[in-house]
Amino acid sequence: MAQTLRVNGHEHVVDVEGSTPLLWVIRDVIGMTGTKFSCGIAQCGACTVHLDGNPVRSCVLPVSSVGNREVTTIEAIGATDSGKRIQDAWLAVDVVQCGYCQSGQIMSATALLKRTPNPTDADIDAAMSGNICRCATYVRIRAAIRQAATGKIVVTQAIPVAAIGGRK
Amino acid sequence: MSNLSRRRFLFGAVSAGAAAGALVVGWGVLPARQRLHASNPLPLTDGAVALNGWVAVAPDGSVTIAMPRCEMGQGVHTALPMLVAEEMDVPLASVRLVQAPLDAIFGNIAMLQDGLPFHPDDDGALQAGTRWIVGKVARELGIVITGGSSSVKDAWLPMREAGAAARAMLVTAAASQWRAQVADCRTGNGYVLHADGRKLAYGALAAAAATSQPGAVRLKSPQDFTLIGRAQPRRDTPSKVDGSAVFGIDVRLPGMAYAAVRMAPVIGGVVASVDSSAALQMPGVLRVVDFSGAIAHLAGAGAGVAVVARSWWQAKQAALALVITWRDGAHAGLSSEAVFAGFAASLDREAGYAYHQAGDMDIVEGKGSNVARTIGAEYRAPYLAHVAMEPINCTAQVNDGKVHLWAPTQAPGFAVKAAAQAAGVSPEAVTLEVTLLGGGFGRRLDVDMVAQAVAIARMMDGVPVQTIWSREDDTGHDVYRPAALARFSATLDGVGHVLGFDCKSASGSVSHQFFKRNLGLPAAGPDKTTAEGAFDMPYELPNQRIRHVIVDSAVPLGYWRSVGHSHNAFFKESFIDELAHAAGRDEVAFRRALLARHPRHLAVLDAAVARAGIAPEGRAHGVALHQSFGTIVAQVAQVSVEGSEIRVHRVVCAIDCGLAVNPNIIAQQAESGVVFGLSAALFGAVTIKDGKVEQSNFHDYPVVRLNQAPVVDTIIMASAAHPEGMGEPAVPPVAPAVANAVFKLTGKRLRSLPLTLSI
Repeated sequence: MAQTLRVNGHEHVVDVEGSTPLLWVIRDVIGMTGTKFSCGIAQCGACTVHLDGNPVRSCVLPVSSVGNREVTTIEAIGATDSGKRIQDAWLAVDVVQCGYCQSGQIMSATALLKRTPNPTDADIDAAMSGNICRCATYVRIRAAIRQAATGKIVVTQAIPVAAIGGRK
Repeated sequence: MSNLSRRRFLFGAVSAGAAAGALVVGWGVLPARQRLHASNPLPLTDGAVALNGWVAVAPDGSVTIAMPRCEMGQGVHTALPMLVAEEMDVPLASVRLVQAPLDAIFGNIAMLQDGLPFHPDDDGALQAGTRWIVGKVARELGIVITGGSSSVKDAWLPMREAGAAARAMLVTAAASQWRAQVADCRTGNGYVLHADGRKLAYGALAAAAATSQPGAVRLKSPQDFTLIGRAQPRRDTPSKVDGSAVFGIDVRLPGMAYAAVRMAPVIGGVVASVDSSAALQMPGVLRVVDFSGAIAHLAGAGAGVAVVARSWWQAKQAALALVITWRDGAHAGLSSEAVFAGFAASLDREAGYAYHQAGDMDIVEGKGSNVARTIGAEYRAPYLAHVAMEPINCTAQVNDGKVHLWAPTQAPGFAVKAAAQAAGVSPEAVTLEVTLLGGGFGRRLDVDMVAQAVAIARMMDGVPVQTIWSREDDTGHDVYRPAALARFSATLDGVGHVLGFDCKSASGSVSHQFFKRNLGLPAAGPDKTTAEGAFDMPYELPNQRIRHVIVDSAVPLGYWRSVGHSHNAFFKESFIDELAHAAGRDEVAFRRALLARHPRHLAVLDAAVARAGIAPEGRAHGVALHQSFGTIVAQVAQVSVEGSEIRVHRVVCAIDCGLAVNPNIIAQQAESGVVFGLSAALFGAVTIKDGKVEQSNFHDYPVVRLNQAPVVDTIIMASAAHPEGMGEPAVPPVAPAVANAVFKLTGKRLRSLPLTLSI
């Protein structure tokens, strides 16, 4: 069944079964690989994309239900104001480790910041606890969201720089 | 350093440690087991010229270095280039990476040496001699592998030497061009600089340098480091925040297809029959492949059927439509309960192998005359899955007797070997591109998925196929952290001194299984990983015996981040806490009294306790101290209990990992290790029933989420010692630190993982 999808400002005509989850259309048909597969049952958030600015788990969203709504993925989120601020904060705090879940983390964090410009810890918990990170970058994710919201550098760690050869 | 073989080519440096000042390396006569020159040149582009097996310089001044280790989040794509850039005097940003060829100079020697069952305090001749022999053998084997928290430890000298040798050749070339003395030249920021103000860029010197002699190569003195020891941002962060980073699952090739698999649900089961008629009618389906025959030796992933289709979703739907009859085999009745009953019976029956014993065995066995109290306890830990975020996958193309692989693997050499075997070709006919890994944690040391992907792709007439496991496939067909059972018994005198300390534990052996799977070696002898974290503890207990009984495991076992330490630290640090309470002593004071000759351990413990301060009202602090992979870690967990829920608010993590090459990534690994360990401590359990793994996905195998993650407060101790491991050592202490806090809060001693309170 052919269908027109609007993804990152471009129209794509895709010919797939309507029950195919949006994730696989983005990855295997349109060919953009920034959006990740991990659990397949909306438990981990790695596949998060935006539909008209709202975060959704694309691994369980049938493509037929997307309709005319604009799909935004990690590849284009930097073109939005909140997306750019989140990505910049991610760089400044050096959040990532293996990086596999980070597309989803950034999509969830961007949606939070857009909806709640100055989120509390409880807001961050509510918006981000659906995104699993096995490397456990959580401490830095929280710090980076605060930094993106406030523009203030958040010190996550008091790390004494190791003295070399006895020097302080 | 006890690495005598390495000293052999560090002429003039026989008594010098890395901290003692500049090392002078003579390159006049290169010994056979050097790690500077590879037998094959680096694959280079852009006119770059190789100066040795590790380093090449391009006309634009950019430096290409051979990267022999995989990036799985632990930061080696940043840390290892720092070692070369430091010694070469080039900006870190100018360093590019190329995957190292499979050559012996890139083999991981530190990882193999760390597998030896020697006590850390053992500085005897047998220990030194065996390490030397293993170092020699490791050089010959040249196993290129990433694991065991060994990358920086192993690269510390060879990569600095490669950078320093390259720098010396560039200086020689410049001096020759200027008709000047080498002694009048220095280097900085990618230039050779003469005392009179002349300067030449490395790029312009590269061709001449390639034919120059390095002469005397001098490693920098640590006081002169400008990169090493200073927090550097990760070099892979930009591509990981904009979605452009390429993991294994992101490999895209012209005309490629995707495979989904069905694997035998019962451990050791095989395919009896397949009806693929319905599946073959489904959209996009290209072929159904029974891959069992090709890789039957790989128990877990070796028996099953794949569907290859135009997209993975189509392949997955068709795989679900396969009608497969399984023959379950010998393990259809297996259960976790039966496994633990088997451990208990083995502990009753067998003496086990003594990994460490010291003092008087009569006292160890409780026969001392002034015994006031005897304390006994039994601890247990379940199987665990790795559940890396990137699902298990491998892309393979089999064409004209050649195999091309694209794989997120920790073990490229084993991957090539497995692929060759599955395709029936020689290893020379296999090429491998190692991608970024979306988490490894030890799972990607095994190459079952590589053999499986090749067995599928070889039936596809040259079409490249990406085989992807679902999360359910991964959780149910992992190589698991072994379940284990440990029995402790200790005696105290009237004033609370420990007289005798005895520990005997039982589990399967990861190493037996791993070396059988990957090297075809027979499973025999002791396995250090079963007892690590128990036999090698620093506590000065005069009469002690640490034994382990290996029990054959039908459940496939694998290396899981921190391996034996992951459960033995929980057993040992909990039982030490029990002894402290039995002796009526503060648990920190009790540990300190057992560490009089271990100043580094004492300093780490003191630093963590001081930073933690006093626990707030309603919360308690639990303490654990554990050394693994050479690194000493003390953690203080701040815990509260609400109903039956254990909440961990903050973990102070003090680390002595030797010289801290990149404090930023060390802190990341501390944060990561604490929470990874906490997932296992609070939730992690794989259970077996009717021969099947009962868990399938994150809903029934939960891990810590952001709202449950504690603040991690990291302290890195100042040190000039040889760098030690950092990928794993923060994992083991958190479970006992939390359990020890729960005991303070509730009076309940939790001796089984995951930690569970009933109301």
